[in-house]
Amino acid sequence: MTTLTAILASLQRLDRRWIFLAMLIAVLIPVLTRVTYPETPTAMTSAVFNKIESLPSGSRVLLPLDYDPGSEAELGPMAKAVIRHCALKRHKMYFLTLWPTGLPLLERNLRQIVEGEFKEVGLKYGVDYVNLGYVPGEAVAVKLLATDFRKARGQDNTGTSLDRLPMMQQVRSAQDMDLIMAISAGYPGVKEWVLFAAIPNRIPLGMGVTGVTAPQMYPYYPNQVVGLITAIKGAAEYETALAAAYPDEMSRLDASGIQRMGPQLWAHRLMIVLIVIGNILQLTRGRGGRK
Amino acid sequence: MQRIIPMLLTSIVGVIAIASYFVPVAQPFQDRVEEWFLIVAAIAMVLGAASLLLHHLKAISNQEAGWGYSAVTVAALVITTTVGLLKLGAPPDLKHPELAWSGSYLAEGGGAWWIYTYVMSPIVATMFSLLAFYVASAAFRAFRARNFEAMLLLGTALIVLLGRTSDGTWLTSGVPADYPLATIPGLNVLIMSVFNTAGQRAIMIGIALGVAATSLRILLGLDRSYLGGD
Amino acid sequence: MSRESQIGVAIVLLLLSGLLLRAALADQPWGVVTVLPVENDPAEAVREVSPETPGVQVSVARTTGLWLAAFFTLACYSYLYKDNPAYKLTESIIVGVSAGYWLTASFWDVIVGKALARLMPEQMRAWALPNLDPADPDFLTLVPLTLGALLFARLIPGGAWLARWPLALIVGTTAGLKLVLYLDGDFVSQIRNTILPLVVFNDNAFDLDGSARNILLVTSVLCCLTYFYFSVEHRGAVGRVSRCGIWVLMITFGSSFAFTVMGRITLLTMRLEFLFRDWLGLLPPNVS
Repeated sequence: MTTLTAILASLQRLDRRWIFLAMLIAVLIPVLTRVTYPETPTAMTSAVFNKIESLPSGSRVLLPLDYDPGSEAELGPMAKAVIRHCALKRHKMYFLTLWPTGLPLLERNLRQIVEGEFKEVGLKYGVDYVNLGYVPGEAVAVKLLATDFRKARGQDNTGTSLDRLPMMQQVRSAQDMDLIMAISAGYPGVKEWVLFAAIPNRIPLGMGVTGVTAPQMYPYYPNQVVGLITAIKGAAEYETALAAAYPDEMSRLDASGIQRMGPQLWAHRLMIVLIVIGNILQLTRGRGGRK
Repeated sequence: MQRIIPMLLTSIVGVIAIASYFVPVAQPFQDRVEEWFLIVAAIAMVLGAASLLLHHLKAISNQEAGWGYSAVTVAALVITTTVGLLKLGAPPDLKHPELAWSGSYLAEGGGAWWIYTYVMSPIVATMFSLLAFYVASAAFRAFRARNFEAMLLLGTALIVLLGRTSDGTWLTSGVPADYPLATIPGLNVLIMSVFNTAGQRAIMIGIALGVAATSLRILLGLDRSYLGGD
Repeated sequence: MSRESQIGVAIVLLLLSGLLLRAALADQPWGVVTVLPVENDPAEAVREVSPETPGVQVSVARTTGLWLAAFFTLACYSYLYKDNPAYKLTESIIVGVSAGYWLTASFWDVIVGKALARLMPEQMRAWALPNLDPADPDFLTLVPLTLGALLFARLIPGGAWLARWPLALIVGTTAGLKLVLYLDGDFVSQIRNTILPLVVFNDNAFDLDGSARNILLVTSVLCCLTYFYFSVEHRGAVGRVSRCGIWVLMITFGSSFAFTVMGRITLLTMRLEFLFRDWLGLLPPNVS
């Protein structure tokens, strides 16, 4: 009993740096062992997947990748999975970002996926995909993109006028898209795409969001958005769905969402243990106080 | 006059924005105003950087506490801006190699790309990841079931934390499929699609009313705080 | 030296020893970025490849960057032990770099790419935007440029009032757009989303699960709204309903907490992947 009391007393005084160390270990070991766990796509993730899957080949998909390095860990795998899916379905992909700090990440995705992994497919710039680059103006830019692309951004990322690109010739605004698949970390992002583009113009919108933003987006589902990919778990679910639908193509590609769910599991376990211990301490302290 | 003209301008552009939603004739005017908005907002970014520079230069000149760090900030700002504006190291456009300024300032291998990839990106990502540690510490120290409300908060967090990993599925894998609410994933769905949706929806409705009221006060000239003092 | 500082020094020495050990035990190159010159592809001069690829070259600029990125990552994490000059240095750098980056992006993408491209398209074609279509100058672009220039009047003593004009454009446009679109998307649409059948039938059969969910959702929203309604004192029946609203909000915040945890852990995972894969080469590279 004395030992238990001593342990509890030392836990009461525990320096927070031990908790930091515990968190580091909980995440580091699964990162090093590369342990993975099975994922089952939820209804919301499947809704996005099914929407992209059900669009006829050659459909126009607007892909705003509105995030920066601060949320790349969560949204990068998600963006990769969605781009791969669009490329596999041969949809026409219209890339842009509302975040200037998101532009290099967008370009990296294009280089690695569209021009790298799918090089043999021969997707042509300006015909199968276009990079509209950074569109400044935040929420107002979304409003303008929904009414007229050329007024929001007259050129693509290379400075070429949009009218010179074959895939832009029939496109006037976001209203000409078959789907907007917004992947975003905050402001400006999915909220603006819902309020300033999707709802007023009734454009189908899919969302990929961070854990912080996800709970705030649930009220829009299913009436205002077709589906929601939430945080790294959503990315892992999307990768699972994609691997099930395209086993041959996906077997040679990485699945960083699924990979990052390993550390997630162990960190969640640690969090639960910490909450439970913290409450046991609270309980024992309460009893001690009453005595 | 110093306040009346800006107030009138605010109201006019605001009314155009509202009218464009209902009257298609107003749309071209609104498009034009929005285009102007983008340009003014971008110039405001330049002003922001200039203000930051002035603030730190003042700190250096007054030799305030920690002025050395201000010098580092100034150096970082000046270097990044110089490299970016002069497109240092960025190759020209492929189709126009004769035009030295025609390439993208963020072209791979260029100076701005290097700063973004090796300075900005790792620092920003790591700064945000620090919160993983503090969240753990907060969970240990502050997440206590002191009353019924706190128990609800805590219980929900535990269920969602479990439900967002394969542990949640595994723990209740023995429950028959007819009773989804007896499983952690099922409970998770219920929490998110019913209670979370309801709570967020109420917050959303409240915020929307707040935004509408504030906007209306601004457009009617009742709220002039954005104009600042004289 | 205090005990805390001694432990700090010990941690740094431990990290350095770890690095030396890594260098001593390495049978493959690590901590370097290797590139391959790309032929027949004008889009890129070099491509990052794994060190085992034949014909690779070490990129000095990228390798220096890799080590710098590792330093910044560790410097940020050093704050977890205690505040220190390495962290403060990193913090000061990111403030300056971010401001410089935003300024650069605003200049090239908006001032040049949008404003000057409209105002003097021919000159821009000859200078920085050769792929621009020929067009007549749009002199109305002078309006936002002038308004933008007026923003700088703030920095001039007695000139702050001039900066109100561009501010009026920004505030007016934002207020006008948000007034309508928030009411549409977050007020009307959300009320419409909450108007649900409380008795649900599926294929002519009573759906208990669907009915219960809808009843719970509708009552939860009403309870929360009651809690937010401050024009009536929260006593009696209103008090009890608003208390239920608090419960729903607590559940909402609990789920938000769990989701936030998830995001932060993923970020930490990525940084550790960077340190142990990209820098130390202790993890296999991604498949693709």
